[in-house]
Amino acid sequence: MPLLDALLTGAIAGGVYGLLALGLALQYGVARILNLAYGEAVALAGIATALLYQGLTLSPLVALVALPPLFALGNLLLHRLLFLPLVGRTLALDGENEGRLILLTFGLSFLIQGLLAAELGGRLFSYSYLGQGVSLGTTAVALNRLLAFGVALALVVLAHLVLTRTRLGMAARALSREPEEALLVGIPAVRLSAWAFALGGGVGAAAGVLLSMFHTLTPASGPELTLKALVVVILGGLGGAPGALLGGVALGLAEALVTRFVNPGLSMAAVYGLFVLAVLYLRGNREVARQ
Amino acid sequence: MKTRRSLLVQGMAAAASLLLAGRAQARTVRIGYSISKTGPYATGAGITTLPNYRLWVEEVNAAGGLKLATGPTRIAVVEYDDRSSPEETIRNIERLITQDRVDFVLPPWGTAMNLAVAPVFARHGYPQIAVTNLSEKTPELVRRWPSYFSFLGLPSQYAEALALLLRNLAAAGRMGRRVAVVHTDDEFGLELSGAFRRAAQKEGLELVYFQGYPAGFSDFQSLLNAVKGRSPDAFVAFSYPAETLALPEAAAVVGFNPAVFFLGVGTAFPIFRQRYGANAEGIMGLGGVVPNQAWRTYLERHRAVTNQEPDRWASPVTYASLQALRAAIEKIGKVDRFQIVRLLRQETFDTLLGPLQLEGNVFRGNWLIGQWQGGEFVALMPERPGAVAPRVPKPSWSR
Repeated sequence: MPLLDALLTGAIAGGVYGLLALGLALQYGVARILNLAYGEAVALAGIATALLYQGLTLSPLVALVALPPLFALGNLLLHRLLFLPLVGRTLALDGENEGRLILLTFGLSFLIQGLLAAELGGRLFSYSYLGQGVSLGTTAVALNRLLAFGVALALVVLAHLVLTRTRLGMAARALSREPEEALLVGIPAVRLSAWAFALGGGVGAAAGVLLSMFHTLTPASGPELTLKALVVVILGGLGGAPGALLGGVALGLAEALVTRFVNPGLSMAAVYGLFVLAVLYLRGNREVARQ
Repeated sequence: MKTRRSLLVQGMAAAASLLLAGRAQARTVRIGYSISKTGPYATGAGITTLPNYRLWVEEVNAAGGLKLATGPTRIAVVEYDDRSSPEETIRNIERLITQDRVDFVLPPWGTAMNLAVAPVFARHGYPQIAVTNLSEKTPELVRRWPSYFSFLGLPSQYAEALALLLRNLAAAGRMGRRVAVVHTDDEFGLELSGAFRRAAQKEGLELVYFQGYPAGFSDFQSLLNAVKGRSPDAFVAFSYPAETLALPEAAAVVGFNPAVFFLGVGTAFPIFRQRYGANAEGIMGLGGVVPNQAWRTYLERHRAVTNQEPDRWASPVTYASLQALRAAIEKIGKVDRFQIVRLLRQETFDTLLGPLQLEGNVFRGNWLIGQWQGGEFVALMPERPGAVAPRVPKPSWSR
């Protein structure tokens, strides 16, 4: 069943895109910082996983548990030291400040890339882990991709439950929709946005660890990852975890179907076509719904 | 503004001190290069080009320097990062020639970069002993720029060698004639796949799949499922390292194991063997080496000096190009770039790859097709002494 094959591989690839996007959605949607250095953090986590595996034979599964908290902490510090002074404690962002924030994250991405390049040169990071195929009915997928899909699904469900079922989640959603009014009803907005930013960084690190199992990374991989995450975020809408997953799966399916049945040369074009459609159509609809 | 000005002053001071240092040590040969230490080209440059530049300079200086008519002269190096940007490379090389006043400039990494800087080299009469500039247009460019060289050869050589190898295997009954081709959608992939299509048709091979894919492509499983559906006997990918490293794993997962599995740039990289181990066995790619004494000595020294292994395609060729440059400089005995270019065009040089002669500024004597056999990427084509017999069909993927 070629169609089933393509649907399955596409959906499974899409799960990781969803996880990749969830981190950026938390940072952009809740903390309101469009973090262009997001992909660098993802690449850094993946490279660290590869180095730990090859150098210390530390299993990537250990890295999957150990690295996200570290990255969350790092992102928390970044938020405190770099972004908060610029945002101000009222979190009121005008266009000018938002522009500065974006420039700051852009600069940060160059800084990380430069440091990585100075330390590691242009090395490729690729290793073999859980690469064996698992048969799913008529088709087969690599175990590492299946694992990535499973972890992504679990994290997305977890994030969704936290956002919809807890007071903290409600506060986060309030902050995402109306940052200034959230302050008025007593939401500790600064702390909450710092946490959301840190959490986003942690999710990104998890995505990086999983990605490194089947994707070759270099110190220059960051921008490409930021771009893919951004496409999915726009596609799936900000803030919501199911949106990120759906956006990711839509991207994965588009790639797989076009590659399989049309022409692999058009797969990236399909991604951007989807992006443009989403911006034109979905955005428009949401604006109408909001009014 | 203030900081910018003080930076400028500092820069001028640094330039002045460099200039003075240059005067004080008149007895050095100054060699400069601009290389991608950051950005997308840093991978290729960091594996193939930069380690060999360092190795060569280290070795020449350890031997007392270049033997000029005035006595042994040590090499001093000026190195810039071009951040994988052609504009930056052009600026760097202009600066090397006009401000740093280096005696020779070593070429950057990559076809696009070498094409971008070719007019600068030519205008100043500097030999451009480029290696990683694989293009069918090279002979045409040489007519315009007589100091432009290419040591890696022409894409059509590689494509024709591969087509011939497949034809021979099919004729010997070791595989069928069905060939599937995928390639990156850029100059490199288009030139190689185009040349291969022509060669394959001439050799009577049947192309059952022929598609390009864009940079950043990652859904190899869908691609290989589509390829597998045409049941080819040989799979040929004119790919870049990221895809080269991903394709065997995806092939193993979808259970696709054709008699010949050929991949592009990256197959000959040490990381490929490191990643795939026993599963690399039987995979073919561009390049190849003859594991003789010269190669083993080179491998050892490369490892000792640069702390990494050379790749099995362009690394030894890069080293050989520097051996040729050294021989030409020492034969002329002084920094006379015009005479050195003339010599490079005519002379036969004794190198790591054996006797090396440039025909129309292009070295056509490279190993073209290699295969991983017993942990080494050995040369298969062209068929001449040193080449080994291909292992076909390739062993099945082990778990």
